Amino acid sequence: MSERILSKRFDLADSHTIGVYEATGGYATARRVLQELTPAQVTDEVKKSNLRGRGGAGFPTGLKWSFIPKDTDRPVYLCVNADESEPGTFKDRHIMEKDPHLLLEGIIISAFAIGCHQAYIYIRGEYIPQIRRLRAAIQEAYGRGCLGRRVFGSGFDLEVAVYTGAGAYICGEETALLESLEGKKGYPRLKPPFPAVVGLYGCPTIINNVETLANVPAILEKGGDWYAAVGAHRSGGTRLFGVSGHVIRPGVYERPMGYSLKQLIFEDAGGILDGRALKAVIPGGSSVPVLRADEIDIALDFESVATAGSMLGSAGVIVMHDGTCMVRALQRLIHFYKDESCGQCSPCREGTGWLLKIINRIIRGDGRPEDVAVMRDVAEGILGNTICPLGDAAAMPVISFVTKFRDEFEHYIRHKRSAVPAPVK
Amino acid sequence: MDKFTVTINGHTIEAKPGQSVLQTALDNGIHIPHYCFHPGLPVAGNCRMCLVEIEGVPKLQIACGTTVRDGMVVWSNNDRVRQAVRHVLEFLLINHPVDCPVCDQAGECGLQDYYMLVGRYDSRFAENKVVKHKKATPIGRWVMLDQERCILCSRCVRFTREITKTNEMAIFNRGDHAEIDVFPGGELRNRYSANIVDICPVGALTCRDFRFRCRVWYLKQAPSICPGCARGCNIAIHFNPERPHHAGGRRVLRFKPRPNPHVNAFWLCDDGRYSYPFIDDHRLRFAALREEGGVRQLYLKDALDRLADWLRASRSGRTAYLLSADSSNEELFAARKLLRDALGVRCLLPDTGLRTGDADDFLICEDKHPNTRGARILFGLGENDPVAPDRLEAGLGAELPELLLVNRADLPSPLRDKLLAAGTRLVFLGTNDNATAAAAHLVVPLVVFAEQAGTFTNFEGRVQKFELAVPPLGDAAPEWSVHQGLAERLGIDLAFPGPAAIFRQLTAEVDAFRGLSHESLTPHGAMIRHE
Repeated sequence: MSERILSKRFDLADSHTIGVYEATGGYATARRVLQELTPAQVTDEVKKSNLRGRGGAGFPTGLKWSFIPKDTDRPVYLCVNADESEPGTFKDRHIMEKDPHLLLEGIIISAFAIGCHQAYIYIRGEYIPQIRRLRAAIQEAYGRGCLGRRVFGSGFDLEVAVYTGAGAYICGEETALLESLEGKKGYPRLKPPFPAVVGLYGCPTIINNVETLANVPAILEKGGDWYAAVGAHRSGGTRLFGVSGHVIRPGVYERPMGYSLKQLIFEDAGGILDGRALKAVIPGGSSVPVLRADEIDIALDFESVATAGSMLGSAGVIVMHDGTCMVRALQRLIHFYKDESCGQCSPCREGTGWLLKIINRIIRGDGRPEDVAVMRDVAEGILGNTICPLGDAAAMPVISFVTKFRDEFEHYIRHKRSAVPAPVK
Repeated sequence: MDKFTVTINGHTIEAKPGQSVLQTALDNGIHIPHYCFHPGLPVAGNCRMCLVEIEGVPKLQIACGTTVRDGMVVWSNNDRVRQAVRHVLEFLLINHPVDCPVCDQAGECGLQDYYMLVGRYDSRFAENKVVKHKKATPIGRWVMLDQERCILCSRCVRFTREITKTNEMAIFNRGDHAEIDVFPGGELRNRYSANIVDICPVGALTCRDFRFRCRVWYLKQAPSICPGCARGCNIAIHFNPERPHHAGGRRVLRFKPRPNPHVNAFWLCDDGRYSYPFIDDHRLRFAALREEGGVRQLYLKDALDRLADWLRASRSGRTAYLLSADSSNEELFAARKLLRDALGVRCLLPDTGLRTGDADDFLICEDKHPNTRGARILFGLGENDPVAPDRLEAGLGAELPELLLVNRADLPSPLRDKLLAAGTRLVFLGTNDNATAAAAHLVVPLVVFAEQAGTFTNFEGRVQKFELAVPPLGDAAPEWSVHQGLAERLGIDLAFPGPAAIFRQLTAEVDAFRGLSHESLTPHGAMIRHE
């Protein structure tokens, strides 16, 4: 297979230990960067690499770093978003479990680039083995002088602390994450001001996803141009695609940006379970618009998926075969977003609850002909009108499901049962 | 300075850099619907009612959280914005009980107002509404909570966090089960609690004192000044001129704060707010004369005849007057002209309103009279000249007066008994009944501040105007007209056409007030000249 940047140590025994990490070239890049480069050179290299945020929004990482005000007299913080809670997404856990030092090396280089001396890893509370691995790795790194005062003997200090969340989806939203980290209720903040200017404790803060930071050592090792060339369009590098659902071999696959979705499902993941036909794919975590089986002949980079009317998001590819009842599938999704809505702003708080009540009623057999139109309209009332993207995340699946599978919804309402014979649970 | 302009709905207006789009629109008479925004609180941006379209920005933006930029073009009335705002209002209403017929907020409710402005659709909500925990539950001495009417704008939470810093309230739970409440086992324990009723845009927080006494559309308002302490918070007196039977005969039903950035911002303390019942309760309506055989009611003119006779009869230097710091500047000035200047009466200011230690670093002052500063200026008194009640006797001089006029104050009972035993004629000029009024030889009924126009001078020296709200009760008269009546009877030339004319005369004669006029007192009052 092609380049493996993130998963190259996943198959090694004891890949999570610093011994294996260093023996396979680990920390050499960070050591060199701290001794030879300036922070501006690091940021430039990352800009050149076309590295884009792996959390879901795909914001160019180098550009984000450059928003830190120059010559600020306040401390700069780096927050690592390890809250991975998007349904269908399970990539960051593999990095933290199998190669935590790769993340730490990425943190060291990135913190150096932005002038940060205190980094926090905000990790979801359910990731207990990963929390243990991370803490052990941090301890190892401190012991070998990779963290703490005078990292690698340079003049650069860096402390890293792990903070565990309590399992709220909303705390993966970057500003809610900051609130939670400050010990408050996880309510997203209004933007502007953006965290790069006013972030954690009111100080300039960069929030990057685990996978994003794990790419940084390779970029500095082999160069931004090399990394950009691995990907496609303006999406550099590889991605960890988490394939789940009705496939024969679900799992995490590292593939370059621009890889074929069809190939990913039918070759890498071994095709559809039970020899059935593909019905739909959600290509980037549960929040993004669904694609019908006839829409999946696309390349997996930010631009191509957007052209197809969906989003690459967190690259959690959820595959559904023809035994799936789309009404029930959407019910699961709405239930999730309704449950996880923080309740701060009106459209998301009230709209998600309303949507769930409608779809529950349809499934109970009390659907009304106007329900599909009302659902779509409610979702459109949420879309774009909320403080944070959770509202959009709830609305986009609804709009795409009821538009692309309208017949199924109407069938359910008319006949009080699913259009799919014996749907899978 | 560069001109800084924004265009809202096609109107180009000058804007202040750093201001929000919403504030700019409101300042220029363009109403953008909003719930969570309040000019006295930090921006929350959670209600999403003030969504506007800003040219060049793809998504709709909240006007409260968007700072104006030079040349910005904003639309709050196009189809896209209207549609979004209708959606938001619909979201806010789906779980609202719509119990307007039994809701005390009806008539001054943001949901009703905006439904009429941007809503006017039939409900599409066919589901069961969310049931919350607390309906009509008291959360403090003055405030009633109904969680189901709440739209979670968080104004009350922000008020207790940012203004009183007492943090009694929070939003509990999440999603559509989120609800405002006080912490378990707690209650509102700040002295400004009823402000959260004012700022609640819906019927979630209502006033336990005002609830169900009167529908708000029967109320009229008059701008006034709170008489509760020396701060002089700006208020509106809400009164019910037509239907006093709705509130057990009370005409005035509540005080609401009126914004004044120099005095009280947007707020009012509970003590001041709920001081209003004295306007209607236990009032002295008619003059009364104590004679052998009991008390006899008499016409005000007859009472003034009697008082004039007594003033004539009292020997020089043996008449004293206890001023009141509840009197307006105009009333005090009339007393000064007649009693001090023309008749040479000894005038003392008792400090009966002083509650030492009862002050905070926000609005509440120790001095519970609204016009101590005015009284001190007009009678040339220093800061320590007001007399404590236990030192009044000494203050009255070596010999007890033959004639003592008491304005409003309740004398300490030992002094009162001593005066009566010594044969002092006790005249009570006042608004409300008390033990001194009951013991006085003559009672002259005065109007309260709400029954006349005038000015108070607050503790900082800010002169502020109040307007007449309700007509005098019975024969009650403004103090200045009592003095004028006495002057006529005593052959002293003292003619006051009304409070406005007195104020003009006052500003001409008293240095500290020189240069002030009713115009200069609008809208936020004006400072006296440095004493």
